[in-house]
Amino acid sequence: MSSPILRLVAQRILLGLVLLFAVSVLIFAGTQILPGDVAQAILGQSATPEALANLREQLGLNDPAWLRYMHWLWGILHGDFGTAQSSGLDIASSIGTRLKNTLFLAACAAIVAVPLAVVLGLIAVRYRNGFVDKLISGLALASTSFPEFFIGYVLIFVFAVHWQIFPSISTVDDSTPFLERLQAVVLPATALTLVVLAHMMRMTRAAILNVMQSAYIETAELKGLKPFDIIRKHAFPNAIAPVVNVVMLNLAYLIVGVVVVEVIFVYPGMGQYLVDHVAKRDVPVVQAVGLIFAAVYITLNIIADIAAIVANPRLRHPK
Amino acid sequence: MSNELDYLSRRVAAGKLSRRDFLGRAAALGVTATFANSLLSSAVRAAGPVKGGTLKAGLQGGESTNSLDPATFLSQVPFAFGKCWGETLVELAPGGGVEYLIAEEIGSSKDAKTWTMKIRKGVQFHNGKEVTPDDVVATLKRHSDEKSKSGALGVLKSIDTVKADGGNVVVTLKDPNADLPYLMADYHLIIQPNGGNDKPDAGIGTGPYKVTVNQPGVKHGGERFANYWQADKYGHADQVEIIVVNDPTARMAALQGGQVNMINRVEPKIVDLVKRLPGVKIRAASGRGFYPFNMFCDTAPFDNNDLRMALKLAMDREEMLTKILRGYGEVGNDMPVNKAYPLFAGDFEQRKFDPEKAAAHYKKSGHSGSILLRTSDVAFPGAVDAAQLYQQSCAKAGIKIEIKREPGDGYWTEVWNKQPFSLSYWGGRPTQDQMYSTAYLSTADWNDTRFKRPDFDKMVLAARGELDEAKRKKIYRDMGEIMRDEGGLIVPFFNQFVDATGKGVEGWVDNPAQELSNGHALIECWLQA
Repeated sequence: MSSPILRLVAQRILLGLVLLFAVSVLIFAGTQILPGDVAQAILGQSATPEALANLREQLGLNDPAWLRYMHWLWGILHGDFGTAQSSGLDIASSIGTRLKNTLFLAACAAIVAVPLAVVLGLIAVRYRNGFVDKLISGLALASTSFPEFFIGYVLIFVFAVHWQIFPSISTVDDSTPFLERLQAVVLPATALTLVVLAHMMRMTRAAILNVMQSAYIETAELKGLKPFDIIRKHAFPNAIAPVVNVVMLNLAYLIVGVVVVEVIFVYPGMGQYLVDHVAKRDVPVVQAVGLIFAAVYITLNIIADIAAIVANPRLRHPK
Repeated sequence: MSNELDYLSRRVAAGKLSRRDFLGRAAALGVTATFANSLLSSAVRAAGPVKGGTLKAGLQGGESTNSLDPATFLSQVPFAFGKCWGETLVELAPGGGVEYLIAEEIGSSKDAKTWTMKIRKGVQFHNGKEVTPDDVVATLKRHSDEKSKSGALGVLKSIDTVKADGGNVVVTLKDPNADLPYLMADYHLIIQPNGGNDKPDAGIGTGPYKVTVNQPGVKHGGERFANYWQADKYGHADQVEIIVVNDPTARMAALQGGQVNMINRVEPKIVDLVKRLPGVKIRAASGRGFYPFNMFCDTAPFDNNDLRMALKLAMDREEMLTKILRGYGEVGNDMPVNKAYPLFAGDFEQRKFDPEKAAAHYKKSGHSGSILLRTSDVAFPGAVDAAQLYQQSCAKAGIKIEIKREPGDGYWTEVWNKQPFSLSYWGGRPTQDQMYSTAYLSTADWNDTRFKRPDFDKMVLAARGELDEAKRKKIYRDMGEIMRDEGGLIVPFFNQFVDATGKGVEGWVDNPAQELSNGHALIECWLQA
């Protein structure tokens, strides 16, 4: 490891932090623009003027926006997201369980989907334009083209209703043992895998095919290497940056975009939590979840950037 | 032969013969499976409830924002779970009238202003304390306080004082009200120790199940309370569990897959398919909920009764019922009450679709141009289709309806009760007085048809204070006529609560008050092996 890489990596991380800060401003500003008054929203239509004034005082709504923003940010930096208006529960602890569930489901889906997508991509390149390539691409594209609720229902019908080997309801909680938890997420994780597979597979295939046009691949072919070895040793390492990028984007999707799958399989994750609170105009929760989702996106993108930097031989071996 | 079958069915009920063996023997005796099954279920009911097991419900209507504080109950899951762990003074009995729970009897003074409720002795809270009249007084006071933001606040507004008097609780009202016992059945009014003032969301009540799991929006669970006071009647399963399943298809799959024993809100369009599934039973109970088209009686062009009448006559109720509810309901008659209410007069003339008469009234009203009707998916299931059907039936009478589809988010704050012609729903109330007081008094906040008639208001108050049932019934009949002929309400149909139970669930009682047998399904049903 030499200094240019370290410098670039440090730069990325710093940029990410600045971006997160900017997002926090946007989220805060966005929720301030929303019509209506928070105190009015809490007290409802039966609010008396005195009660409104008291609550505004208590919530600090009379302070200027920038001061409230600083208070909010300061709280978050200390792990304090405030309390939910609707249920009065501490947001940080309610999010904790849900976030863990979401990450568990995303991890299960990713552990299957990422290697599968990459391997399928490699196989597709090896037999490019042949029957195998077309079969893989066709199936992957088909599974992506179906809406996720459709895939979910089909899985439920076959595995939960017809054969009854997996539960259709994936409710888990802190006391659920690991194996049961794993069994509970089999169907939702499968649905998610099918949804994200094609994107990653096609990107792997395209990136490697791009490299396959290079002169050094021809050299490798001419010196008699087996096709798979060429792909594995020469093409794939040079195609890794775009692949990591698309993998990270899909991982982010697995964490922040799975509300439909959560609803179908009754899985207590972040998505349902956010939707419930948006419906109730529960601003502190919406802000907190928005910020967490932004942090996930930014972190995964930083990882992708860093992977691309590290994977670049020109940066790894400076002249 | 039938003697032998009778004997065998009793053996099954007693658990000495398996259901499968019974059906086999019945077939051997040349009896159809349907008849054998019906024989079996009557034997099962006669044999009485089976104790044990875990009864699970997959229900729509739970959010991660729910709390165990009964004052905050709004959706179906807190409502149904509340019936598991808590009890009110009285309940609405399935056949009308009240079932006495924590109150042993309720009596009134001659003017229906002072009510005395005798509190049952020996009823225990889950924390071991016995219910006292003071707990009841504190509960009623907490819910009538503006600060509690209780859903029962409107119901309790008429209370002047609440006092404990020996073993009784005495309630005095500001105005006479013959319906007080029904008001006490409001599902928010769960009696809590010290009225729940110490910890409103503690989940400690007198119900047959103690709260063991409370994960709002995900799962709720309870285990049988050993000292429950009427264990022979309620609380047959060892444990109950409610899983929140907001997606209708997922709910159906969970029932089919055997992960839950009962579900609520079966969509009318799949009921016929569900019926054919082995072991699954549809539990449809006609209720008091209805889906109105609301017109503002004080806003042009709806301030003209001829126009209102034209719009009422242009509604094809039969078609609506078959197409929107697939027959799971009953036609409405442009009034907010039906035969599920006590003291309802059954002799109203049914309004029918009559395009010619509608056209005549429309002509008389002098209105021209199209009429804007607002609808949304959230108004009720199928509300957009209902608006389109209505548009077509109106066209037959020469009335042009323009439909505006509003976003679901904000429909209840921006459209309902704000715009002059829109679709909505009402869940119904336990008594006619409550229904009329909630939405058809001049002063009501939720007067969503802007129906303001001093003479009608007087009738509502007169009926409320009248203890003579025959006289009350007569006043309600007159009020119904006024509503039907002059009100701002078009009621195509009253809906039914359509729930479903899976294999082995017995003991279900149809109750028109609310879905899931008025929320009692989990405590009154049992699992038959």
